[in-house]
Amino acid sequence: MKINNVILRTVTKLVFFIILTLAVYLFFAGHNSPGGGFSGGLVLASALVLLFIVFDIETIQKGLPIDFKLVAAFGALLSVGTGFGALVFGENFLTQAFDYFNIPFFGKTELTTVTIFEGGVALVVVGVVVTILLSISEDE
Amino acid sequence: METLVTILAGVLVTVATYLLLSKSLIRVIIGTAILTHAGHLLIMTLAKLKTGTVPIVGEGNPVDPLPQALILTSIVIGFAVTAVSLVLAYRTYQELGTDKLDKLRGDPDE
Amino acid sequence: MNNIIVMPMMLPVLIGIILFFLRPYIKAQRVLSLLTLLANIGISVYVLQQIQQNGIMRLDFGGWEPPFGILFVADSFSILLVLTASIVAAACLIYSFSSVEPSFEKNFYYSFVLFLIAGVNGSFLTGDIFNLYVCFEIMLLASYVLIAFGGRKGQLRESIKYVIINVVSSWIFLVAIAYLYGVIGTLNMAHISERIAEVGQTPTLTVISVVLLTVFGLKAGLFLYFWLPGSYSTPITPVAALFGALLTKVGIYAMFRVFTLMFYHEQQITHTLIGIMAALTLIGGSIGAVAYKDLRLVASYNVVIAVGFILVGLAVATPAAIEGSIYYLIHDIIIKALLFLLVGIMIAVSGQTKMDDISGLIKNHPLLGWLFFLTTLSLAGIPPLSGFIGKVLIGEGAVGAGAYVLLALAFISSIFVLYSLMRIFLTSFWGETIISQDEEVPVRKGWLVSTCILAVGTIALGLGAEPMAIYIQDAAETLLNPQIYIDAVLGSN
Repeated sequence: MKINNVILRTVTKLVFFIILTLAVYLFFAGHNSPGGGFSGGLVLASALVLLFIVFDIETIQKGLPIDFKLVAAFGALLSVGTGFGALVFGENFLTQAFDYFNIPFFGKTELTTVTIFEGGVALVVVGVVVTILLSISEDE
Repeated sequence: METLVTILAGVLVTVATYLLLSKSLIRVIIGTAILTHAGHLLIMTLAKLKTGTVPIVGEGNPVDPLPQALILTSIVIGFAVTAVSLVLAYRTYQELGTDKLDKLRGDPDE
Repeated sequence: MNNIIVMPMMLPVLIGIILFFLRPYIKAQRVLSLLTLLANIGISVYVLQQIQQNGIMRLDFGGWEPPFGILFVADSFSILLVLTASIVAAACLIYSFSSVEPSFEKNFYYSFVLFLIAGVNGSFLTGDIFNLYVCFEIMLLASYVLIAFGGRKGQLRESIKYVIINVVSSWIFLVAIAYLYGVIGTLNMAHISERIAEVGQTPTLTVISVVLLTVFGLKAGLFLYFWLPGSYSTPITPVAALFGALLTKVGIYAMFRVFTLMFYHEQQITHTLIGIMAALTLIGGSIGAVAYKDLRLVASYNVVIAVGFILVGLAVATPAAIEGSIYYLIHDIIIKALLFLLVGIMIAVSGQTKMDDISGLIKNHPLLGWLFFLTTLSLAGIPPLSGFIGKVLIGEGAVGAGAYVLLALAFISSIFVLYSLMRIFLTSFWGETIISQDEEVPVRKGWLVSTCILAVGTIALGLGAEPMAIYIQDAAETLLNPQIYIDAVLGSN
């Protein structure tokens, strides 16, 4: 039986992008207020989970042909990589660096390696959540 | 405030214990998740609940930042453990056809 | 700044992640993971030498000085364990090459083995009690995945129990850390030790220490070993060997660290309790070891006996006993891996798990038979094999402290160990050969190579006791004088 979920589908198409925006906001807000890679990643993952629930898994995988295990691994590599990056500069393991740059349009901006670390965390969370959801729901 | 949160943690532990002792596997897993959150509340209370400024030297009355870091780490770990145990429970359910713990005892001659 | 001491943990993590991208290339996965462990062996030998020359090394993560940041501390005790763990893991990995199915290898088997090693090494090296909890969890998460590899019915059933027991015990650990932080206000182990020495070990602190003892008792299988035989007898052989060799040892390590560095003031309470638990463990383990006929259950109960034996050393806490415990800990990591691998080979060759169903294996597999005999002797503590010195030193310590009951139980349990394994040797290796050569699964080369490496390890540890003694004495000295550790951690760089 096909479930009639026109409202859900229509709303999802709109809400998906709102959730994504919230995820990005949380991710960057985490630098010095509540938020961060973990919560941003969870929100991002929940957006994807919504897609998987509303549309069926095959459709989404056709449109988004990504192996989420590799997303998680790539994220972990980024996070661990920033730890090892410090070794290259002869600093203690996991030492983070930051500096201010003048970027056109944004003006004086603080750029830091912590953001790379947090980005890695976010990717790990997205990868793990989606992988687990898919592995539980794969066979009906 | 501390008293209230401690009582809340106690209630959560009670709920978790009840769930842990039930027969359904999925309830047990939810029980472990609630148990972990009771632990997080405990960490928070033990470090004194108060409103203060961000913990930067010279900015008034700062709060202790360490418990928050501990709780965040512990939430992440709890998340991973719950995820893994859910997958494991699902696989067990698929293979053995039951999620009742009393049926998961094993054969007596094993 | 000693970035090298983070490598035993982070190198396996890094390579484990990289292996995710090499999913189809099994050969590359094998080579990379073995190279990682060999590199770990090299690093730990180097660090061990450095410690002899320059004292305890520490690394402050991100440059945050203790007690504010988290840090890794490498003293002789932890590095000796890292070294042994790396050797044993390498042997188990070689065994995996010829026993694990390709479908497992493609499902990130090697990655999770490396994560397990990372967690184990991290637990040995960390100098922060919350970080110890995190490393425990990394190790346990990897073990949750590894224990279910294979997906047989019994295996999944035991995995569920294993996971739930460990989640609950980890929660108790978290609560104990919360209380400790509430009372002491710091999580750096050296700093905790210093503060406890300042204010004295109040009853509250003693209670917290007993909560910690419960946690580590659950993890190490000290008295609270009810979950251990079932869980350790279900996974595939190389995983079972890693579990039997390493997981309980991490709990034992944590107990040694906590009760020699932090809670050493009220020995008549905490150490007496450890002594009672060790005694009960020895009794229960001995009964279990002779009660079962399933080969893997017998091996699992032997793990339990060894836990009790090692903690007799901590309970009496004399210099000789601590030295003996360290020695026996290293010996036990090697010999338990060897025992589990040999039992796994016996089961793989004959297709049976009960000792009565296997008979006369020695006719077709003489090397296997004699390796098993060697293991039996080493476990029972026959000189010149590695079990001997540990047992003598623990015995000496127990006599010195006047703990004659513990002494008697420890040595009676050795007889039970000898009996339980001799029984397997006599029924399964001697007797009529009931299985013809073309019926049975042939022994693969990798199986014998890995077991021979470990057998050489136990002989070398026994014969090389003299050169090893310097390191072990240093490790024992650090354990007995917490001030050395505190100075190394809290002193200026």
